Amino acid sequence: MSNLKYDVIVVGAGPAGLAAATVLAKAGVKVIVIERGRFAGSKNVMGGVFYSDCMKGIIDDFPGKAPVERHIIDQRIWLLDNNSFVGFNHKNELFNKKPYNCHTVFRAKFDNWFAKQAADAGALIITRTLAKEAIIENNRIVGITTGRPDGDIKADCVIIADGVNSLLAKSLGFRKEIKRESVALAVKEVIGLDEKIINDRFNVKSGEGVTIEVTGSFFNGEAMAFIYTNKKSISLGVGMVVEDLVKNKINPNDLLESFKAHPSVAPLINGGETKEYLAHLIPEGGYKEMPKLIGNGVMVVGDAAMMVDAIHREGSNLAVTSGKLAAETYIEAAKAGDFSKKSLSLYEEKLKESFVMKDLKKYKGVPALLQHNKRLLQQYPKILNNAAFEILNVNGVSKHDKEKLLWKNMKQQIGVSNLIRDLFKLWRNVG
Amino acid sequence: MRLEDKLYLDGYKIDEIGGSHLVIKDMSVCLDCELQQCLYVCPCGVYDFDAKRGEIEVNYDACLECGTCRIACQYNNIEWRYPRGGFGVSYKFG
Repeated sequence: MSNLKYDVIVVGAGPAGLAAATVLAKAGVKVIVIERGRFAGSKNVMGGVFYSDCMKGIIDDFPGKAPVERHIIDQRIWLLDNNSFVGFNHKNELFNKKPYNCHTVFRAKFDNWFAKQAADAGALIITRTLAKEAIIENNRIVGITTGRPDGDIKADCVIIADGVNSLLAKSLGFRKEIKRESVALAVKEVIGLDEKIINDRFNVKSGEGVTIEVTGSFFNGEAMAFIYTNKKSISLGVGMVVEDLVKNKINPNDLLESFKAHPSVAPLINGGETKEYLAHLIPEGGYKEMPKLIGNGVMVVGDAAMMVDAIHREGSNLAVTSGKLAAETYIEAAKAGDFSKKSLSLYEEKLKESFVMKDLKKYKGVPALLQHNKRLLQQYPKILNNAAFEILNVNGVSKHDKEKLLWKNMKQQIGVSNLIRDLFKLWRNVG
Repeated sequence: MRLEDKLYLDGYKIDEIGGSHLVIKDMSVCLDCELQQCLYVCPCGVYDFDAKRGEIEVNYDACLECGTCRIACQYNNIEWRYPRGGFGVSYKFG
């Protein structure tokens, strides 16, 4: 590798890096992707919903032969209390129409497939190779050192796509250490079950899938959990902001086990066999915690740039889009042969015009809102669960008296002024 | 299900030569640490208090490379690197 010069080095074979590499290779750009795992995808984890739309202009007729699990037609939200949940559902036959909106995927399989598409387009994918440091000459990034002997690689431009921990972005001073409030640890299990059992339990046909997003008083308002259907398995996980894990002295695996044992969850996975246990950080700090995105000869994409829209569980689509926009920026910059920060600022402009920055900006207040207003997901779900039970449980008390009691409880637990304030905050930050 | 049994399901390639990619910078800082959160926040139980030696033990071979310990440590006392290329966890599903 030593004497080879590439046009672009992409660090990290995840959705952002592989999207960039595919677009670049298709345009005839000489691009190399460096991946530290044994194969592309082997280190990569998400809950597992991948939205299709972002693949437009990258992979023709996606999903085609991509290894996807089930397309999602039924999305559920649960506000979980200790013995119960109050839920919202949206199941729609329109989600059964192609092109499918989203699928569950396994990233080890999906990213490996994506890397093959990039390679077929002409990108060189080098695995088992750790990108160590940026090579800087005249205040410009001109390459990457790797852990291999004679492993320096030179290029006009480096695209940093090394994921949430992005030691590279940190070493370049693009950001400080991630704050504990800005990142959530998610742990997940893949639980094997017969396809037919999954179809029956979730009320779908083969190929059709369900997602359940869970939060609420069961977790003291401080965790988000999910249950996703795959072809022959369930992906089940729970995530909590690191600050809350530390403060509450919580062990993530204990948290996961308590979720699995909940009376509303246990029957869904009953008889299943755990196939894999995974842990990964989710960069949830949002717009306000994003690092610098560009420098001379460098662009940062995907999780490394904290591009996650946590309340809509979107991340990989933001990653793919940012990778594509970085590639397009390189192609433009190459016309003038100018890879300076000023020239690459086109990447920031493209991001601002896309849904990526628009969404991140729109929900910029959400991480702090949830971190500093715990009662939103603590007390309200409990009140809702109690209210549902009281209204539905017939015990000789009149509905009028029940409503009076519920309102009295609401006033005692939250207070009218707090209720108004909370609704206003929600409307300001989420509406 | 016990954590040990779960970790047994995961594929690893242990770097016997390169050694641990997680290094405690100064053990005395850990021994004075009021929280010792590394002992509970790690999803794979990498950090363990060895009462005999009076030190925190780092079982790096169980690490899923999430990065939580590094961010959780308020004394920035964990030198956290990626394992060498090709080593560490290798997921089948992901």
